[in-house]
Amino acid sequence: MQHLAFFVIALLALASALGLVLRRNPIHGALFLVVNLGCVAVFYLMLGAEFLAAAQVIIYAGAIMVLFIFAIMVLIPGKEETGPDPLRPFRLLALPLGGLLLLEIVLILRSNVLSAPAATRPPGGVASVGRLLFTDYLFPFEITSVLLLAALVGVLALAKRKSA
Amino acid sequence: MVPETYYTALSAILFTIGVVGVLVRRNPLVIFMSIELMLNAANLTLVAFGQRFGTADAQVLVFFVMTVAAAEVAVGLAIIVAIFRLRRRLSVDDLSLMRW
Repeated sequence: MQHLAFFVIALLALASALGLVLRRNPIHGALFLVVNLGCVAVFYLMLGAEFLAAAQVIIYAGAIMVLFIFAIMVLIPGKEETGPDPLRPFRLLALPLGGLLLLEIVLILRSNVLSAPAATRPPGGVASVGRLLFTDYLFPFEITSVLLLAALVGVLALAKRKSA
Repeated sequence: MVPETYYTALSAILFTIGVVGVLVRRNPLVIFMSIELMLNAANLTLVAFGQRFGTADAQVLVFFVMTVAAAEVAVGLAIIVAIFRLRRRLSVDDLSLMRW
């Protein structure tokens, strides 16, 4: 049953990823990416990471994709990739190179570097993540707040119109 | 229970699709979304391995990756909008000002 669910959702995730790359219209791409992020959230649930599944839906699908769609609407694209492409031969080179990369990743994953014995007990859920976040990872956690503040100030500086 | 090799294989394919998307597309917004796809694939690998080795550290790491991705998207989209205001076009092939 779990295997069936995995394969159905994996197929959906792969199809939506291909849709993002292949569709010409960026709005369609953004919607495909939302589907893909939802599939990854389901995988998090299946792996027992409930907190990440919720954060994935709220942060990625909720905040980041809204920002993307907002930017796409503001910039009125759709006509950028219709003209002739002078670099087309180079772009087609990406397909064999991508295949090579996939081969490399699979070889790394199949090597015995990662074949340590599996744990007997599963990691805890939300409680253990929260405990780690506020004990061992407290300093990085505080640093991310500074990072978000820096991003906020940087975006304001970039988006401000020059006063004439 | 689905073995975690399935998850790592799936995220390897998703990562490759993201890389190919960055290489073949000309619209900077789609390139950005392909980068998000790659980040998600890496996150999925992290969570799968965290599950296998019985540690919640991977989930904390993925949480940090999400935070950094949010900051990155905000700054990146602001840069794209600023470039669009300057050039009135939106293609990465035009942005050769800093090319050596």
